[in-house]
Amino acid sequence: MPDYTLTTSENLQRRHAAEARFRWIGRLAVLLSLGFLVLMFFSISTRGMGAFGQTHIQLEIHFDEAMLDPNKQRDPQQLARANYKPIVNQALFELFPEVQTRRAQRSLYRLLSSGAVFDLANMAGQNPDLVGSTQLLWLPASAEVDLFMKGKVDVSLEEKLRRLKNNEIAWINQLKVKRQIRKKFNTAFFTKGDSREPELSGILGAMIGSFLSLLVCFSIAFPVGVLTAVYLEEFAKKTRFTDLIEININNLAAVPSIVFGLLGLSIFLGVFHMPRSTPLVGGLVLALMTLPTIIIAARAALRSVPNTIREAALGLGASKVQTTFHHAVPLAMPGMLTGTILGMAGALGETAPLLMIGMVAFIVDVPQGITDVATSLPVQIFLWADSPEKGFVERTSAAIMVLLAFLVLMNLFAVFLRRKLEKQW
Amino acid sequence: MVMGSIMKIQKETAEPANLSLASSGILSAQNVDVFYGDQQAINNVSFEIPENQITALIGPSGCGKSTILRCFNRMNDTIDICKVTGDIRFAGQNIYDPKVDVVALRARIGMVFQKANPFPKSIFENVAYGPRIHGLASSKDHLEEIVISSLKRAGLYKEVADRLQESGTGLSGGQQQRLCIARAIAVDPQVILMDEPCSSLDPIATAIIEELMESMKQNYTIVIVTHSMQQAARISQKTAFFHLGDLVEFGDTEAIFTNPIQTRTQNYISGRIG
Ligand SMILES: Nc1ncnc2c1ncn2[C@@H]1O[C@H](COP(=O)(O)OP(=O)(O)OP(=O)(O)O)[C@@H](O)[C@H]1O
Ligand SMILES: [Mg+2]
Repeated sequence: MPDYTLTTSENLQRRHAAEARFRWIGRLAVLLSLGFLVLMFFSISTRGMGAFGQTHIQLEIHFDEAMLDPNKQRDPQQLARANYKPIVNQALFELFPEVQTRRAQRSLYRLLSSGAVFDLANMAGQNPDLVGSTQLLWLPASAEVDLFMKGKVDVSLEEKLRRLKNNEIAWINQLKVKRQIRKKFNTAFFTKGDSREPELSGILGAMIGSFLSLLVCFSIAFPVGVLTAVYLEEFAKKTRFTDLIEININNLAAVPSIVFGLLGLSIFLGVFHMPRSTPLVGGLVLALMTLPTIIIAARAALRSVPNTIREAALGLGASKVQTTFHHAVPLAMPGMLTGTILGMAGALGETAPLLMIGMVAFIVDVPQGITDVATSLPVQIFLWADSPEKGFVERTSAAIMVLLAFLVLMNLFAVFLRRKLEKQW
Repeated sequence: MVMGSIMKIQKETAEPANLSLASSGILSAQNVDVFYGDQQAINNVSFEIPENQITALIGPSGCGKSTILRCFNRMNDTIDICKVTGDIRFAGQNIYDPKVDVVALRARIGMVFQKANPFPKSIFENVAYGPRIHGLASSKDHLEEIVISSLKRAGLYKEVADRLQESGTGLSGGQQQRLCIARAIAVDPQVILMDEPCSSLDPIATAIIEELMESMKQNYTIVIVTHSMQQAARISQKTAFFHLGDLVEFGDTEAIFTNPIQTRTQNYISGRIG
């Protein structure tokens, strides 16, 4: 007699239980990884957020003509080179006229960042008419003051063990009462290069360095990688030799990045004598590193183009090259670009190979071209993380946030490109 | 104009074998063997395909119909492991002659594949691609004219007239197949090879395509692979029956279906093998 039962049995129930178990394990795994991600973002952003603000002190600066421009020429270059230290000190002294001893005055003058004078020099250089006038200006405070304003100085500590002394704290508190000290958005962080002083250091140099390196990397790795993939996939006969090449490409993709750095060191610097520490060499090394990734992605993309499309074109009398570049490559392009951008995102986060070719140097200037000395975002993070100054702690985290933002942007761009190109059948 | 260039090629390859052209068809195969690696797919096949007629290739699955069809426009070149020996001629010229340009050959001998394979581009672009790469159109208007007349001859124009810029892959299966036919005739070939063009179509779409072949017959030589014996009987003038890589019987369709000589043919058309 046939079995018409529809109700559940022990066997079926065991299968359902296994399914439910698996589902829960999956959910747990997703939750765990999400949790780690959130933890990472949280810890980095709580630590790094502070760096986006910078304490400024309001001072009444008198651009004294006798001191800055005794010849009354209003020459911008000369004004940019003048000594602004006395007028800044004067302004501070006017705020606290009761400070009389030399020693106390010196610590009073230390409230302000040593970079404040450069800001004034820039202002006067750009606008010589300022000379002779008096301006109410917000100037950056020193790193110690900044840390205190951000609540990162332990005042309960014995005075001897603190860098910020009691009298300085008293002045800051007076300024607070007079509303002449406050945190402002830290534009310097995004417009300056590296510096020995935390409050003067910015990420722009590293950002441009990374950008230029990636530009070099892309303009070499993308065409070479795509053409290699096209040749191997569409033109080369499958022989033992092409098999060997394929194995080697796959192996190269797994080679530790520092090895590529050593290669760059000995070839680009050693043999070709290219300029050390430059985005040019950095980009070349990163290109070597991303090339296998791009080739593998591009080959996979080409392989996913159905053969019937190639047959259709060939059957119409299109040549091999026409078939490839009119049909196969455009159809594979979204996949190729996605692979490339993911490879470049990997290159953006790479530190080790850049250390080998000298991009780890302390560089103050923002690079202007691919042959200027430069550093890169991850290397900058590495350098700041290694600095003893307390002010660099939050900058390290802030730089990590900038790097992550770049990565997210690149990945979003990859998604956008794929959507966009795929729609265009 | 196209005929002119063919004549030129003929003059250049003045070989004694041209003699056979007078008596025989536009396409001829002599002692053709095809191997996929070590495996032989076609055994010593010889036959002639007459001009401006429809020739049907029938036989059970895997007997080598597609393989022999793809020999005529050298599509087998694209398969690395495929090796073709023997003598295959188009209008008297050996198509494997080193002097023959495979691009020119495929412009003369078009192909419609078993599975409709429009390019993932607009309907217009699908048809315009061939004329464009061969430089057949003198101007934009001329190109449009070629596209529209090809679509008309393929019996598709009425259905797509107002959406030429839409994707060719958005059409129905039957429409896609007719688009592929339009694409093939847009390059103005002399021969069209069709590999089971109706295998995935319903009877109505099939009827449209059969009608189309009937009307194209005066201008084109058509070689069609089909699994439907009724279709072969309906539309073709010549029929070739293949079995296990052998050409078992070749002759007038009438004769093959009413009075087959070989027992294997008898068995196949009566449905005992296949
Ligand atoms: N690309 C290939 N590689 C290896 N063997 C192949 C290839 N194409 C076809 N063959 C073999 O050649 C023989 C003939 O195949 P072919 O495709 O010509 O058959 P067919 O008559 O068209 O069959 P069907 O009616 O199913 O389409 C088959 O045995 C098949 O396995
Ligand atoms: Mg077939």
